[in-house]
Amino acid sequence: MSTTAAIPAAVSTRAPKNRRGTELALLFFAYGIALAAFAQVDLVVLDELSTDFTTFAIVFGVGLVIAHGSLRWLAPYADPILLPAVSLLNGLGLAMIHRLDLAEDPSPPDPDYVAQLGWFVLGVGLFVAVMLLVRDHRVLQRYTYTAMLVGLLLLVLPLLPFIGTEINGARIWIQLSLGGRSFSFQPAEIAKIVLIIFFAGYLVLKRDVLALARSRVMGIDLPRGRDLGPILVAWAASLAVLVFQRDLGTSLLFFGLFVAMLYIATERRSWIFIGGLLFAGGAFVAYQLFDHVQLRVGIWLDPFADESGDGFQIAQSLYGFASGGVLGVGLGQGHPDFVPFAKTDFIMAAFGEELGLTGVMALLVLYAIIIERGMRTAVACRDAFGKLLAAGLSTAVGIQVFVVVGGVMKLIPLTGLTTPFLSYGGSSLIANWALVALLLRVSDAARRPPEAARREVAA
Amino acid sequence: MNATIRRTAVALGLLILALMVNANVLAVIQNDELRARDGNRRQIIDEYDQQRGSILVGRREVANSVPTDERLRYLRVYSDGETYAPATGYYSVYGATGIERTQNDLLAGSDDRLFVDRLTTLFSGQQQQGGTVVLTLDADAQRAAVDGLNGQEGAVVALDPQTGAILALASTPSFDPNLLASHDPTEVSENYERLRKDPGSPLLNRSIQQVYPPGSLFKVVVSAAALSSGEYTPGTDIPGPAVLNLPDTSATISNFDDAPCLDGEVTLTEALALSCNTAFAKIGLDLGADALRSQAEKFGFNERLDVPLDVVPSIYPDDLNAPQTAQSAIGQYDVRATAMQMAMVGAGVANDGVVMSPYLVAEERAPDLSALSITEPEALSRAVSPEVAAELRDMMVTVVSKGTGGSATIPGVSVGGKTGTAQDGNRLPHVWFMAFAPAEDPQVAVAVIVENGGILGDDATGGAVAGPIAREVMEAVLQ
Repeated sequence: MSTTAAIPAAVSTRAPKNRRGTELALLFFAYGIALAAFAQVDLVVLDELSTDFTTFAIVFGVGLVIAHGSLRWLAPYADPILLPAVSLLNGLGLAMIHRLDLAEDPSPPDPDYVAQLGWFVLGVGLFVAVMLLVRDHRVLQRYTYTAMLVGLLLLVLPLLPFIGTEINGARIWIQLSLGGRSFSFQPAEIAKIVLIIFFAGYLVLKRDVLALARSRVMGIDLPRGRDLGPILVAWAASLAVLVFQRDLGTSLLFFGLFVAMLYIATERRSWIFIGGLLFAGGAFVAYQLFDHVQLRVGIWLDPFADESGDGFQIAQSLYGFASGGVLGVGLGQGHPDFVPFAKTDFIMAAFGEELGLTGVMALLVLYAIIIERGMRTAVACRDAFGKLLAAGLSTAVGIQVFVVVGGVMKLIPLTGLTTPFLSYGGSSLIANWALVALLLRVSDAARRPPEAARREVAA
Repeated sequence: MNATIRRTAVALGLLILALMVNANVLAVIQNDELRARDGNRRQIIDEYDQQRGSILVGRREVANSVPTDERLRYLRVYSDGETYAPATGYYSVYGATGIERTQNDLLAGSDDRLFVDRLTTLFSGQQQQGGTVVLTLDADAQRAAVDGLNGQEGAVVALDPQTGAILALASTPSFDPNLLASHDPTEVSENYERLRKDPGSPLLNRSIQQVYPPGSLFKVVVSAAALSSGEYTPGTDIPGPAVLNLPDTSATISNFDDAPCLDGEVTLTEALALSCNTAFAKIGLDLGADALRSQAEKFGFNERLDVPLDVVPSIYPDDLNAPQTAQSAIGQYDVRATAMQMAMVGAGVANDGVVMSPYLVAEERAPDLSALSITEPEALSRAVSPEVAAELRDMMVTVVSKGTGGSATIPGVSVGGKTGTAQDGNRLPHVWFMAFAPAEDPQVAVAVIVENGGILGDDATGGAVAGPIAREVMEAVLQ
């Protein structure tokens, strides 16, 4: 024992392992796969590498280097797997959007891929900005109620006249004119993050009160009546989103997220029970009252009943997965453009067709890794706010993936949501880069060795 | 909070797991079913992406695919489409019929036997091609059949009695499959609707998809049953009054011209030659419904055939009472037959009593033209003994040389045949002719049906309308 006792002391004089080298290696791997996918699309569809390939190789590569560099500088102890995982998803998403551009027109006049690459740049920019501005996640706790106001404002924004617009039946967009070009933006994507900050801050303050039990019914501790307020507000707000914006997906995401965070914070199973009851009640009432909810459920039960009409999207999506089989037909060799909204909500069907079950499983594993790393960060984090923030952000990714991919695969009724990092859509992409930045910020704090933290304080 | 965070992580993991299970169900369990659905355009578009194999008659391509500049890269083209449509069917963006449907795997190149070809093209980067189907049709016989029908509503089937090869498969009025092969879905559906609503039913394949009362043609089957029973010979005397009273009913059966056959008594040979209704009704009553049905089934009645086109079953009904049996013996009541079935009866008699399985595909070839399969003739059933077959053959030769079938006479060739004129409800009678030649070494058996008397209408008889068509088809084969 005495001979080995000297070793830890010797190690502690060197800088503790921060795993940034591992991250860099994994990033090369992700970059290589995305590049290969993009090249395959070009070679199969165009028989040559397009200039798009060169742009992609440079912009995507530089973007990843900047993101990685910002971590080395600003969050050296952050989780080494999260950034490569989301980079791979983003790269494959860009390749698939490029592929779908080419399916519409071999030389598309205004390719969505270019726009999405621009959003990637902005996303990385926001990522670095979050890293720079939020040097300690605990600072965010100060803005708990500001976050609530901002979050609600963002949710309400699309309902306002002039800037709010309705696209494909959902009023969840705002239209902005910048330099003569108009942009559509989904504020709910940003609202998601801001509201998680609010939930986390709020629950840290109130969790002791909300955990108080009044009575015990059938083995479940029920909270006091007056403590039901917050969950009822969240429920009502979700229903309002559903009613006024016709956005089933966002509604489901917010309510599920709130209930999960409430459960995590209070450690009371009764909240899940109450949340479940409220969800069932809300779902029942919504089904009775709203045609669009009934329609979605009807299509879910039998998409082939009106295959050329209402069930068209889902039917085409299922054909995509079936056509891909186990190994897929190969990038550039299928007909993913047969599925409506293949670039946005239905991008998983495009992967299912061209990369097959193998590709879909790989993508789902990537999401599982992101969620797992996020939850691990929550467990390792030393402050309650950080725990709730990390758990909330990871849960949001999990619920969102389940709701949209489950809808596309006909596991649950279809609700409109983007597939994180894969789908075409600027608001979603930059919001998710910000989300990962926050997760990495928390994980840097969680993984920072105590002596390193001390050194930093001293310096 | 760590415990609840872990539990939430597990719950989220289960959600992802559910997605994974669902992805497996779609891609592995339900994929065949989903791929085969009509609403799935992928399969057909992929098929249009490569050169579909040709359908040959002899050495001539009657269906082939030519390159285009459109999104669907190959266009299906039919030469002499109307003549061959009953065999080829059509290949459209909405689906296919005929040989285009039954041999689709080979034509599209997805047949398992082409696996090595597919592997080769995969690695060499060449365009994959489909295999070729060679039909058994005889171009001259098919042409003679279509020319002979001359647009009348009817059908002709000619068989090689010794092998079962289908030499002619004609149905008129027909349609041009090129109308349905267009790449423009709107044009295809408009053309399809027009063909579907055409009063001449051009999409109906009358040779194998439509049954008619066989009328007097069925007397050959009754003769076969009579001779096989051992109680009759070709020379057996049978009463042939002008009118036969049926048991248990006031209904009667009368002869075509309401006169007795000869002097009211005829031999079996004479009864067939003159197509004596009352004599055959009497035989039917004596033999009974079971004997007639059993004989009919030995010729192929009540059985669906796959040639590989689908041939609807010809019908000899169950549970007939005596008057119904008498009517069925002259091919009336609910007895129904396809032209294919009656050609098989003629072929079976000509081929020493053995009915060969009819087949339309002579050979299947890989894209490199090597033979994948050559159809071997197979016996379907033994309908009658060789002795009975010889007696029937002579009786049918007498029908042509001395009886109602004179219009099928070919100089220098011994032709066997039988005429038929069948009532089908209140409409004008359908007229039939079935024949084979040469009797001593049969090369061809043919059945002709012309609906509602064809151009002769009320005055039509099988001999006058259908006989010459049968003769022309047989001559085309024998030349």
